[in-house]
Amino acid sequence: MSISGAAHIAGVYEHPGRNLPDVTVPQIHAAVAKGALDDAGLTFDDVDAYYCAGDAPGFGGLSMADYLGLNCREIDSTETGGSSYLVHARHAAASIAAGHIDVALITLAGKPRTGGRGPGGSMASSAPESSFESLFGLNVIAGYALAAQRHMHEFGTTSEQLAEIKVAASIHAQHNPNAFLSDPVTIDEVVESPMIARPLHRLDACVITDGGGALVMVSAETAAKLTRQTCPVLGTGVGVETTNRGRIDLTRTGAVVSGPAAFAEAGVTPADIDYASIYDSFTITVLITLEDLGFCEKGQGGGFVSDGALQAGGQLPFNTDGGGLCNNHPANRGGMTKVIEAVRQLRGEAHAEVQVADCELALAHGTGGSLATRMGSATLILGRGN
Amino acid sequence: MTENSGLPTPTPATTLETEPFWEAAAEGRFVLPRCNSCEHVIWYPRLFCPECGSTDVSYVDAAGTGTVYSFTVVEKGQGRWRDHSPYVLAYVELDEGPRMMTNIVGVDPDAVAIGAAVQAVFDPGKDGGAVIRFTLQ
Ligand SMILES: [Zn+2]
Repeated sequence: MSISGAAHIAGVYEHPGRNLPDVTVPQIHAAVAKGALDDAGLTFDDVDAYYCAGDAPGFGGLSMADYLGLNCREIDSTETGGSSYLVHARHAAASIAAGHIDVALITLAGKPRTGGRGPGGSMASSAPESSFESLFGLNVIAGYALAAQRHMHEFGTTSEQLAEIKVAASIHAQHNPNAFLSDPVTIDEVVESPMIARPLHRLDACVITDGGGALVMVSAETAAKLTRQTCPVLGTGVGVETTNRGRIDLTRTGAVVSGPAAFAEAGVTPADIDYASIYDSFTITVLITLEDLGFCEKGQGGGFVSDGALQAGGQLPFNTDGGGLCNNHPANRGGMTKVIEAVRQLRGEAHAEVQVADCELALAHGTGGSLATRMGSATLILGRGN
Repeated sequence: MTENSGLPTPTPATTLETEPFWEAAAEGRFVLPRCNSCEHVIWYPRLFCPECGSTDVSYVDAAGTGTVYSFTVVEKGQGRWRDHSPYVLAYVELDEGPRMMTNIVGVDPDAVAIGAAVQAVFDPGKDGGAVIRFTLQ
């Protein structure tokens, strides 16, 4: 059974705040939930399914369902780090297609900037691999540097090519009044920024911001009753990449599984995609993901992203809100905002300077965990709808 | 070979599955879990074979040699690693097959390269234990 077209994204909301010292994390979850429901033209009473990940305080999804006063007949707190919300979207679409639920609410919120370190992908000391990865000074950017170094070794990828990705994001972010970093940067500025873990520089990394976002997904039948433009979920995929039974491949992500699954379900190919939101914890994350999704051959990502290909008006406009690299990476988790900007593009509501003309088909991709160890990847393909 | 790198070397948390690995390291021996059903050399240490699903696993002596699969020179470490920067974080591909996370120590970080041959060293910690790191051959 295909679930393609059975569920629509009817409401999205991104919190405009990037520094939120005076509100709690539950308050942010509530604010983004209200925002997405308002956008859809629905209310909390319409919600019958709730989805959240480890950023939600409390016991799985139960505490926030209680806080929000929801009446749920489905709940899911799948945790795959920053991709969780795309996994939730796939699960919600399947439950809608099965007739189990009608209106799904998915929320993300966190305060890594002003509220201390959140749960963002932290590896619990009870994890069986813990003692074999925690003793060596591994941190988030150092892990991605291991992947970048190996990719450079195998395929000749350069720091300047990685910098192209940051440059494209920064050019987009200048049009986003909420962006945390709103000044365009050059390739030289990226490669001359301080080296954190060779070969990755400070400007190869995403921002650290407070904030959050939410999605409301509904059945096609309910979508038809709403006045707001809703975007059908045409394809979904999930992939789990591990240390591969002890033979880790640092040049591969879970997108090698999630991408083909999503394209097959949607019945489209990478060449059909008008706009792509690609998870961008670091520049290298984008480059490897583009290869694994099939936008170019494995190893050709460096050439693919060169010459402004990812900029608005380029071959594959990406992250037109500025992405995690410049705009927003709430709770250290970038998956939610990837879906939100894809919906803006399909609705023609991106900033005029970055809006893709006649955007009919958009892809959103999330990566959670770490390229250096194990990750959950998730891909959504959305249509324009009406 | 013992090599006191000066890097943070806390006492590793052990479990019933990993005690033999850490006890051997404390004695200056590098052992790897190996599946008695399919001969897969397992990493990270566990009493389960992720290759075939067998629980018939024994610890065997490792050669202690391999090559650098990837590495990074961490210029700005975090927490207690801040004062030890720059240091080299790496994946070493062991001659037995597994790729294990580790540090390359006792050398100028600029001398480390992917493909370089490396040798295991036992980096003593507190409480008589040791962490397995590598140096260039
Ligand atoms: Zn086996």
